[in-house]
Amino acid sequence: MIFAKQLTKSYKTKTEEVKALLSVDLNISKGEMFGVIGPDGAGKTSLFRILTTLLLADSGSATVNGLDVVKDYAKIRQQIGYMPGRFSLYQDLTVEENLQFFATIFNTTIEENYSLIKDIYEQIAPFKDRRAGQLSGGMKQKLALSCALIHRPVVLFLDEPTTGVDAVSRKEFWQMLKKLKNDGLTILVSTPYMDEAEQCDRIALIQEGKILMNNTPEKARASFTEPLFAIRSDNMYKLLHDLRDVNLVNAAHIFGEYIHISSPFINQETIVEELKLKGHNQIQLIQIDPSIEDVFIKLLTHLESHEQISE
Amino acid sequence: MKQFRAFIKKEWFHIFRDRKTVFILFGMPVIQILIFGFALTNEVKNANIAVLDYSKDAKSIQLIQKIDASKYFDVYSSLNRASDIDKVLKSGKVKMVIVVPQGFTQSLEAKHKVSIQLIADASDPNFATTLFNYGTSIINDFQKQYFIEKIPLVVTPEIRMLYNPQLKGAFNFVPGVMAMVLMLVSTMMTSIAIVKEKELGTMEVLLASPLRPLLIIISKTIPYLFLSLINITTILLLSVFVLDLPINGSVFLLVILSMLFAITCLSLGILISSSTNSQQVAMLISLMGLFLPTIMLSGFMFPIENMPLPMQFISNLVPAKWYFYIVKDVMIKGLGIGSIWKEVLVLFGMTIFFLVISIKKFKLYLS
Amino acid sequence: MSKLANNEREVVISATELTKQFGDFIATNAITFEVFRGEIFGFLGANGAGKTTAMKMLCGLSTPTRGRATVAGFDVSTESEKIKKNIGYMSQKFSLYEDLTVTENIRFYAGIYGLSIPVIKEKTAALLQQLNMKSQKNVLVKALPLGWKQKLAFSIAIIHDPAVVFLDEPTGGVDPITRREFWEMIYAATNRGTTAFVTTHYMDEAEYCNRISIMVDGKIEALGTPADLKSKFNSETMDDVFLKLARNAKRIGD
Repeated sequence: MIFAKQLTKSYKTKTEEVKALLSVDLNISKGEMFGVIGPDGAGKTSLFRILTTLLLADSGSATVNGLDVVKDYAKIRQQIGYMPGRFSLYQDLTVEENLQFFATIFNTTIEENYSLIKDIYEQIAPFKDRRAGQLSGGMKQKLALSCALIHRPVVLFLDEPTTGVDAVSRKEFWQMLKKLKNDGLTILVSTPYMDEAEQCDRIALIQEGKILMNNTPEKARASFTEPLFAIRSDNMYKLLHDLRDVNLVNAAHIFGEYIHISSPFINQETIVEELKLKGHNQIQLIQIDPSIEDVFIKLLTHLESHEQISE
Repeated sequence: MKQFRAFIKKEWFHIFRDRKTVFILFGMPVIQILIFGFALTNEVKNANIAVLDYSKDAKSIQLIQKIDASKYFDVYSSLNRASDIDKVLKSGKVKMVIVVPQGFTQSLEAKHKVSIQLIADASDPNFATTLFNYGTSIINDFQKQYFIEKIPLVVTPEIRMLYNPQLKGAFNFVPGVMAMVLMLVSTMMTSIAIVKEKELGTMEVLLASPLRPLLIIISKTIPYLFLSLINITTILLLSVFVLDLPINGSVFLLVILSMLFAITCLSLGILISSSTNSQQVAMLISLMGLFLPTIMLSGFMFPIENMPLPMQFISNLVPAKWYFYIVKDVMIKGLGIGSIWKEVLVLFGMTIFFLVISIKKFKLYLS
Repeated sequence: MSKLANNEREVVISATELTKQFGDFIATNAITFEVFRGEIFGFLGANGAGKTTAMKMLCGLSTPTRGRATVAGFDVSTESEKIKKNIGYMSQKFSLYEDLTVTENIRFYAGIYGLSIPVIKEKTAALLQQLNMKSQKNVLVKALPLGWKQKLAFSIAIIHDPAVVFLDEPTGGVDPITRREFWEMIYAATNRGTTAFVTTHYMDEAEYCNRISIMVDGKIEALGTPADLKSKFNSETMDDVFLKLARNAKRIGD
């Protein structure tokens, strides 16, 4: 459904050239929910804009539903739904007027495709006469999604749809996306939040314009082969520094209430003993399954060490 | 067509749901016309003057009565000595003193020549010039009335005056205000309206939709073109009915050419919006880059003939200058297309030029 | 950090029945809580739950309708000027001047808090050293990567050694490594005795806090360590705890 080959894009500023994308390859099948996961500035938005025909790549090629993003841009624009990073709604138009407008510019009517957006739109329908600018983040998000779906697109592009939205709305949003996917829609979604990766069929981890990994969440997690432990004590700050002093640990990163440590030869008892000697109390050490965030950190660490070598 | 209608409806909502926009669109033209029409007027009404009549004979009294009867002057006091002139002017109660020499009637009939002195308080030179002009014209009238044969009558003005261009046509400001308002509505408001969509990110969605970019531009500008038409009508109605300024030429021609200028302004607005990404910048460019030249270089405030040559040359590049000439010629002088075709052609050429560039610059793609 | 029992610890923020009412609408409804010295306190809530209003009162930017609150020993209603001198504030969105250089930003904020010129010089040098940004000191802030900006913004927010630093969604959108470096900086600051008051609606950010409060419809519905809350609400993640609480919310956004 979506195919990209060696997409490269850079922006020139006065002083330097910023590389937004470095030879990005993608292959997304029909009906798949694909997540592009990476921090702000990793190149997610550039990738989305190239695929939605809003930006020309410097080199490489891409197709959406078999159509070339450069040659067939007009056809692609009729077939895709796009929700850019900010909820692009008219703040001074009401909920209904916004939806009506987007339906008309896509040559359709609300009635024609109402079945598709019914579940989503019903949640905001009580506020249909309210101006979009006066909606909460969650409701804006639902309205923007309705607007992007109103013409029954074959592919849905969602660029950071959950940024600035509270946890309840985020959860509801992912449920809506799952339902759309089950209806056969292909969805490309980006997010800076690692915990949302699990919701996708496949994910690409992206950093500084490069895709570091492209896999299913399960396989991504399975790629973390070293044993991983979560540890905590009564003095976390000291614990972090003490752990880094211990030669037995490869990496130590704060993870919420715990610190995650990994090493191929980790010996739980030795570590606990050593930390007790350093004055830690209430030490808790448990082996855990790696999360996508652990995987991403590991990939980033590799990337940095490689860069240092090449420098 | 449906897309087009929906788009225009949306623009309409944008305009009428923002009070500030509505005020700028409808309040500004009226306020500007009224300010220029009343507050900043050069017209003189019932100015107090004093008379020092050394003759006090039949004709001199007639002359003074005629002056007093005019709507421009009131004879505030009659003086007896030349030394009073300075006193009464300094007191500020009187703006001008008319001095009639001895043996006025006799001199006129015998020598066909007499000197009347007009001494004005030139601390406000514009005002003094106006008084002087009105005074002179009344005296000329008087002369024509009583002496049918053309006898040179010499009035000696004793006023030191700065040249004040505004007096050349007291109604300069109506064409000027029309140019300014059209610039405001068509250029500034349009560029802001387009840039706003970029700022909010809605342009991204519009571009990713099947809407053709040309349709986006046209639908964004049509409402403003329509509003320009309303503004032109308002200004013309105000100037005819409130300011008593007649439209001497064809109203139809005037409106058509005003629409042409509105389109010039719209294309400039699109040009501005295609090269900026924030409403603030769009507004600054419109104000500094277009408004100031319109005021300074269109001939509205300062006569172009008096400018240094390079400035005169630059003024040719200001679209408002050509429009200003057109309005003045059609509205005030009552001329037809035959005498203004050159200006129209220049404006037309400029419009085509801007339109082509701005549509070319309005990209299919972002950034 | 948590060696001492709560009643032995120094209280830095104390709110008693703190209320803010706008007409009929009670934005913040009689909230009572304490925050201790050196603690990382997570202040959570859905959109419109009253978080922002409560935080404005604590920063001395808004006077409470009823109730009382002290920050660093000063009353929020009567001593707001003293409070402002003793707190730092950082938000992800607007903290630094993009068109000033790194050094200029540091000097500007240090100057605002009335630090003397020799102290400013010393602090600037120390800060650049600590952030490893010496070579970037004359670079405009807008040219810095997001992660660096956030670290710089945080360092500047605590340049005057405030008793409390308020952090508004401090680590949204940065890569996981930078995010950890950022939290390490917060840990280091709290280890020196500064209190961090974090508002966010990202639960994974909340997990880094020592204690968390969750506001729903103007009231604090839950308060405790992440582990406590998770066991209390029978949940595996903070996200789940929050969902269980916020699902009952009646207010719909702001």
